[in-house]
Amino acid sequence: MDFWTLANALATGLLTGLVYGLSALGLSVIFGVIRIVNFAHGEIMVMGMFFALIMFRWLGLDPLLSIPLAAAILFVFGYFLQSTVISRVAHLPDHMQFLLLAALAVMIVNACLLIFGPDPQAINISYSFDSFDIGENLIIDKSRAYAAIAAVAISGLLLGFFKYSRTGKAIRACADNYLGAQVVGLKVSHLYALTFGIGAAVLGAAGCVLLLLIEVHPYLAPGYTLLAFVIVIIGGLGSMTGALVGGILIGMSEALAAIIFQPSMKSAFSFGLLILVLLLRPQGLMGKSVK
Amino acid sequence: MTDNAKKIKSEKKTGSTISRRQFTTGVAAAGAVASVGPWYIKNARAADPLKVGVLLPRSGGQAQIGIDCQRGADAALPILKNLGYPEMKFMLADFETKVDIARTQTAKLIDEGAQIIVGAFDSGATMAAAQVCEQRNIPLVVNIAAVPKLTGMGLQWVFRNFPHGPMIVKDAFINQKALFSMTGHTPKTVTLMHVNDTFGSSLAGALFKLAPKFKMPYKIVEKISYDPYGRDLSAEVRKAKASGGEALWVVSRLNDAIMMTKEMVKQRFEPMGIMSTGPGWYDQEYMKATGKFGDDVISLVPWHDSNKPLSKTLEAYFAKHHPNRQVNPNHTYTFEGIMIAADAYKRAGSNNAKALQAALRTTNITNNVTTAERIAFDKTGQNPHVKNSAVQNRGGKNLVILPKSAAVAKPNWPMRPWRKRG
Repeated sequence: MDFWTLANALATGLLTGLVYGLSALGLSVIFGVIRIVNFAHGEIMVMGMFFALIMFRWLGLDPLLSIPLAAAILFVFGYFLQSTVISRVAHLPDHMQFLLLAALAVMIVNACLLIFGPDPQAINISYSFDSFDIGENLIIDKSRAYAAIAAVAISGLLLGFFKYSRTGKAIRACADNYLGAQVVGLKVSHLYALTFGIGAAVLGAAGCVLLLLIEVHPYLAPGYTLLAFVIVIIGGLGSMTGALVGGILIGMSEALAAIIFQPSMKSAFSFGLLILVLLLRPQGLMGKSVK
Repeated sequence: MTDNAKKIKSEKKTGSTISRRQFTTGVAAAGAVASVGPWYIKNARAADPLKVGVLLPRSGGQAQIGIDCQRGADAALPILKNLGYPEMKFMLADFETKVDIARTQTAKLIDEGAQIIVGAFDSGATMAAAQVCEQRNIPLVVNIAAVPKLTGMGLQWVFRNFPHGPMIVKDAFINQKALFSMTGHTPKTVTLMHVNDTFGSSLAGALFKLAPKFKMPYKIVEKISYDPYGRDLSAEVRKAKASGGEALWVVSRLNDAIMMTKEMVKQRFEPMGIMSTGPGWYDQEYMKATGKFGDDVISLVPWHDSNKPLSKTLEAYFAKHHPNRQVNPNHTYTFEGIMIAADAYKRAGSNNAKALQAALRTTNITNNVTTAERIAFDKTGQNPHVKNSAVQNRGGKNLVILPKSAAVAKPNWPMRPWRKRG
């Protein structure tokens, strides 16, 4: 195998990994603050994908340009969901929360089936078949490059929001010390709903970005929920930077496994990496250890 | 004692008012009715619609293909009725592109009264359905499934009107040699990519086994398997490009075909040509999704013979009811599957399972749609007369290029470079 084949594989893996990282970020945001595992993660992302599909079909809008509207709509959806439904089970045992969100996932999949049907649907944008040439031997897929740039930009915005904005700091305060946050007068329930809304908005954005790369159909969701879990566990549940790092690791390991061994072993490698992390560093690469 | 008194005494004894003459007449009449009764009842059963369980993937990854197959089944009802075949009633089942659900759905169809099953497109699902049908003694007419052992295990209730893997591969080799000879361009090396499921693995395995026996002019330099539920195929295509094979041979399905083509264009992977054995690459959805980049792909697949009268009838039906769809193997083989069931019912004169099984064993249909000269089953339940063609995509249409007897166009081989497609 020559050097440039490996280089091209790693470049593609890196770009794909950034998109994976964005898709897992929503899960990390929600768990990091509210301590709820969103088992409808993939399904909400697929909603974002279908939204981008509709915008493309009706208005000819590039999925990247649909991101603000998709994020806004899913923010409202997430806010409403947290404030009216999930908050009612937050104090209940974990399995009750799981059941609720799993039920929500099934409802979303079936709603998508009813509205869009079971057929995989793709978009054909002007650059679907184009690539950038870097030098003579490095070829970068345009769609993947734009998707990765969008993923980095959105992740940066999110990290900046939580680090520098007043609301972001308030949300982090709730995550760090629930009682303390209440004592200082923060409206924790509203901040939790904001957080879920932000998590859902990130998923909407991730869905728009992902539509550049793959087809959408209602049954896509469970695979991405599982992938997101693998990524956040490797990166550290609750760590946003960890989600991005985990995504990149998964993207690159899949690319390498396909080239060095067999492509059908990609998933085996991802899960192998997960097992390794769980054995050696169970809190994840960038997660805080529990004492 | 007077005659009347004797009669009254007799009636009192027996409690009957029927005379001996009346009794004898009645018995004779009953005998006459009994002798024609079974015929009447038999014909009454034959007049009942045959309950056909149509098992297909209607959701999940293969939903598009399953829905496409159903179009062929739906076309069969009015067309076969016009041809004098008995009435049929469909019972539809969806196995959600999952093998275990195929098993349960087959059992459910039978429990709900299906007298014959037609399906199931997917090899793994069809194997599962076959086992249930064999246990429950209900005939299964396979519309599309290539796994060889379906008719190699001694099953008595399975009848397949579709070529199995070795048959597809054998005809593919014959057509490839003809293609290379006609065009004067022969690849020295070939890379094989296949989906890693029952269908892909069995077909790719047959390819490897038979290539040396057919003395093919190329060497298969790399065999790349990929996950049927893979999210993208960039790594697979990259590996294929790195393998150095002059031509690419794929065993895949529709979604994979679209992803692979996009990756090949983006990665500037330009083999001498792309040959496919299996579904996907000839599909309208594929050509719509890939546009000009989907042209020149050659599918080495079973196809229909447009010159046959029943083919023309089917094409006319599709032109009227599905004007945006070209007739393809999903339609034709499912159509023939329904026709086989109807033909068996007509000859059996009964919906009894054993009668249907016996009738299926003696099937001999020459007025068919596909390139097979007849539909008939050998002792394993396989139709040995099925044949394959070479079909090339051109401007959104599928054109038969081989065999010469069914060809409507000359092949484009080697394929045109991606950047030179207007």
